Amino acid sequence: MSQTLALPRALELPGGGRLPRLGAVDAVALEARAGELAKRSIKRESKVFALELAIRMMDLTTLEGADTPGKVKAMSAKAMHPDPGDPSVPSVAAVCVYPSLVSVARRALRGSGVKVASVATAFPSGQAPLDVKLADVRAAVDAGADEIDMVIDRGAFLSGRVGHVYEEVVAVKEACGDAHLKVILETGELGTYDAVRKASLVAIAGGADFIKTSTGKVSPAATLPVTLCMLEVIRDVHDETGLAIGMKPAGGIRTAKQAIQYLCVLHETLGPDWLTPDLFRFGASSLLNDVLLQLRKQRTGIYRSPDEFTID
Amino acid sequence: MGAVEKSRKDVLPAGSWDYASSLEGRDIVSFEERYGLFIGGEQVSPRSRSWFTTVSPSTEEPLAEVAQAGAKDVALAVGAAQEAFAPWSSWRPAERAKVLFRIARILQERARELAVAESLDGGKPIKESRDVDLPLAAAHFFYYAGWADKLEYAFPGRRPRPIGVAAQIVPWNFPLLMLAWKIAPALACGNTVVLKPAETTPLTALLFADVCRQAEVPPGVVNIVTGDGSTGAHLVRSEGIGKVAFTGSTEVGKAIQRELAGRDISLTLELGGKAANIVFEDCALDQAVEGIVNGIYFNQGHVCCAGSRLLVQESIHDQLVRKLKRRMSTLRVGDPLDKNTDVGAINSKAQLDRITELVQAGTDEGAELYQPPCRLPEKGWWFAPTVFTNVAQSHRIAQEEIFGPVLSVLTFRTPDEAVEKANNTMYGLSAGIWTEKGSRILWMADRLRAGVVWGNTFNRFDPASPFGGYKESGFGREGGRHGLEAYLRFE
Amino acid sequence: MTGRRLAVRKTYKLFIGGAFPRSESGRTLELEGYNVARASRKDAREAVVAARKAFGGWSAATAYNRGQVLYRLAETMETRAGAFAAACTGRREVARAIDRVVWYAGWADKLAQVLGSANPVAGPYFNFTIPEPTGVVAIVAPTEPALDGLVARLAPAVVGGNAVVVLASDDHPLAAIELAEAVATSDVPGGVVNVLTGLRSELAPVLAAHMDVNAIDVTGADGDVAALEVLAAENVKRVVRAREDRSPWEIASFMELKTVWHPIGR
Repeated sequence: MSQTLALPRALELPGGGRLPRLGAVDAVALEARAGELAKRSIKRESKVFALELAIRMMDLTTLEGADTPGKVKAMSAKAMHPDPGDPSVPSVAAVCVYPSLVSVARRALRGSGVKVASVATAFPSGQAPLDVKLADVRAAVDAGADEIDMVIDRGAFLSGRVGHVYEEVVAVKEACGDAHLKVILETGELGTYDAVRKASLVAIAGGADFIKTSTGKVSPAATLPVTLCMLEVIRDVHDETGLAIGMKPAGGIRTAKQAIQYLCVLHETLGPDWLTPDLFRFGASSLLNDVLLQLRKQRTGIYRSPDEFTID
Repeated sequence: MGAVEKSRKDVLPAGSWDYASSLEGRDIVSFEERYGLFIGGEQVSPRSRSWFTTVSPSTEEPLAEVAQAGAKDVALAVGAAQEAFAPWSSWRPAERAKVLFRIARILQERARELAVAESLDGGKPIKESRDVDLPLAAAHFFYYAGWADKLEYAFPGRRPRPIGVAAQIVPWNFPLLMLAWKIAPALACGNTVVLKPAETTPLTALLFADVCRQAEVPPGVVNIVTGDGSTGAHLVRSEGIGKVAFTGSTEVGKAIQRELAGRDISLTLELGGKAANIVFEDCALDQAVEGIVNGIYFNQGHVCCAGSRLLVQESIHDQLVRKLKRRMSTLRVGDPLDKNTDVGAINSKAQLDRITELVQAGTDEGAELYQPPCRLPEKGWWFAPTVFTNVAQSHRIAQEEIFGPVLSVLTFRTPDEAVEKANNTMYGLSAGIWTEKGSRILWMADRLRAGVVWGNTFNRFDPASPFGGYKESGFGREGGRHGLEAYLRFE
Repeated sequence: MTGRRLAVRKTYKLFIGGAFPRSESGRTLELEGYNVARASRKDAREAVVAARKAFGGWSAATAYNRGQVLYRLAETMETRAGAFAAACTGRREVARAIDRVVWYAGWADKLAQVLGSANPVAGPYFNFTIPEPTGVVAIVAPTEPALDGLVARLAPAVVGGNAVVVLASDDHPLAAIELAEAVATSDVPGGVVNVLTGLRSELAPVLAAHMDVNAIDVTGADGDVAALEVLAAENVKRVVRAREDRSPWEIASFMELKTVWHPIGR
């Protein structure tokens, strides 16, 4: 009789529908597969498409204690026009900031189509009472956030209180109202891919629109294998129920080359339908300039200098 | 809700996501127009005055002319090996070791060139020749170099001595790697060798002769005789050989065994297989699918230990097959020199015909065939990755070795039944077990009549890990401490 | 003006964590015509820290990788044979030392096959024994031969995955620093080999007593060895002495043995 870890019976998918089996993940094989996918090489024309797509998928992020309105305004300008020297370069998907800076971002981005995403729920640790975490969410939503990036309670997860994690996601989803919800698993703290798979299923059951790897404050943050693991969960959910859940790797993605590797993993696991900012985002800050640099190189055939691109 | 409206502008324009043909440059290797035999440290023309052409199976283009060694040529090679044996075997073992270390280093230095040559001559993807064949070949020489001066520790209580001249015949599926598996331990033990590469893949062996030159291998220690089956037959019939090592088909292996009867020549055989890849319901499912795919489509299924029978627990059959078919549709079949290619060319027309015939038998006998849509190149020999479901144990495709990218799927209900079905074959080379339960892996491993058992993985090779079969998959082991035995006699 | 050319003389420093610092004490000893660093107890402490830090990665490397790295050390030593010969008894000793490194390099990926075993226990269990490196090893190098004597203890300690702190020969320390330079340019990760020159009578007891050193090789200790053994007992250090000139059992004396059980069942 095979014993697999069981999810609490209370878990069900939004709108009914059966969760896929929890199962297990073999770390060695997963990492080998991710390594293989990283070696794929894409056509030059596709490369330009991929680089532009990477920009359109970016959540340009600043989450520092030292963030000020000035910093956020500058970053928002960059978000709308990443390369002032080339107006054909698209805007990013969103900026990602702390709740206290949401209104600044919103004003700066008015009329541009770039969304405002806010972290919430006592980001990054999640170690606060639920009512405080929900107030955090409401503050961000009231200030005009389009998207909320919450953190799961890893303490609860790691001590086996999976039902509690689920209920928090449900409560946060409700507090989001119309805002779309990304659930950060903080994969670097979960210890195993089996746990990542389980946390992904719990987050999706709770109503996540996106599952996200990391806060970016803990190492390791996003990796190709953990991304592959989460995409496989999304694939299983889609197979069972038809639901299309999004995914966001965040933290540690600094080069265009890496961004393309992530897109290859995405394409080979979920197919072309997922190659859209509505279902995949990059949580990044320094990535943007490397992508711009590579894009200009693809267009001109000459290696560029980082000096050619604005810092914010 | 989880579902999100996709904005229309993001729908991928047709063909916008495409893998490049990311071609490995061919210029790194340059073949001679014509290669003689490598005997006594020199390239010599064949006494037979007979030559043949070796072609690239992916394009059918001729690559070079090589010699067809006749009886006389083989005798000369054996003579050179005999002459070189006395001095070579009396070298200080530590110095023999150094020659082998040099070979290992040179294989690393020239790895890219040799990998391209291997993919051109044999048809396997550059991804494999670069990432598997070449590194393992170098590692084999490294590993056995270290044993050359340590033999007394490998066999406590016995006095190991070299045998003499080893006659070695290798197949076309891993030409250079199989050469390394043969030559490295033979030389480490103080023997000299005459090696015959396969008819369709002689080139990396001939380039290896050049590596020997660079490493300053004494003349006659390594001799390479190219040719078809008749060359191999001459070699096996030779006087003056002390040992035969053969990797190839079971049919030829039996013929060799008959030929050597009564001759007091030590023999090792590494023959065919029809390995069961056994998947339990509690496996790590997506990784098991990767393992199944790797098990049968790696190297186009031209692998003696290929997982050509998928035994899947009935409870997860449908789900697994669905995932498998979807995964198969992402396999890229094409130019072996393209770094994005997953499945290369079939090695020869003859092999392609054999695969086609058996696949036809599969459908005739009532199994259900699936092949993902696959654009195959015009020239060259190709076969799309194939899976048969509804296969019965008695079907030809469940019993006979196809040696191509064709998987047969059968089911089982319990571990006992899985063992029974897995063992129900004349072969016994390898097996795979997929389950998250450790004790079950060990329980199955205990009962599977196979020389290599892979738990939650497949097609893993290492010079330190002994490899070889039970039953009609052959006898003797290559790799590891045990791999030395075949090349020694004990006083 | 005559065309006399002055040689650019080498400064011989310690080798710790892959770098060449002077002694934190600033002390030197004049030996073999050079001012050689005289390591202090604090240097010894730093060396142990560096070794411990390097141990994780080196012991987790594949055996194949360790074998290749040591073979590369032999390659590097071969090209420096002249410098080595000037620091020891000459070319014959250098050749012996290089060949010894090659010999031990070849053991890396074979140790488990000779030292380990699958054990036929009386029950439905799979049981196997594997050798594992003990950790940080202190080596009191023999006074003579200055190069080969050191290599004879260093190579077996390192090939199995240990990180070492070497106390060089008192009278002929230059060979040890030349070896450190070869190590530094051979893909050996920083901290796997650390070399301290100075007075062994001062440094050996520090290492013998150090609670984060797992084993001490006293083959070359020519002072009060018994006193070192008493100090070593404080954390049950393995006290090692050479028994043969070369042997896999010389490697084994720096290894632990781990036995693992797992049930066999449906």
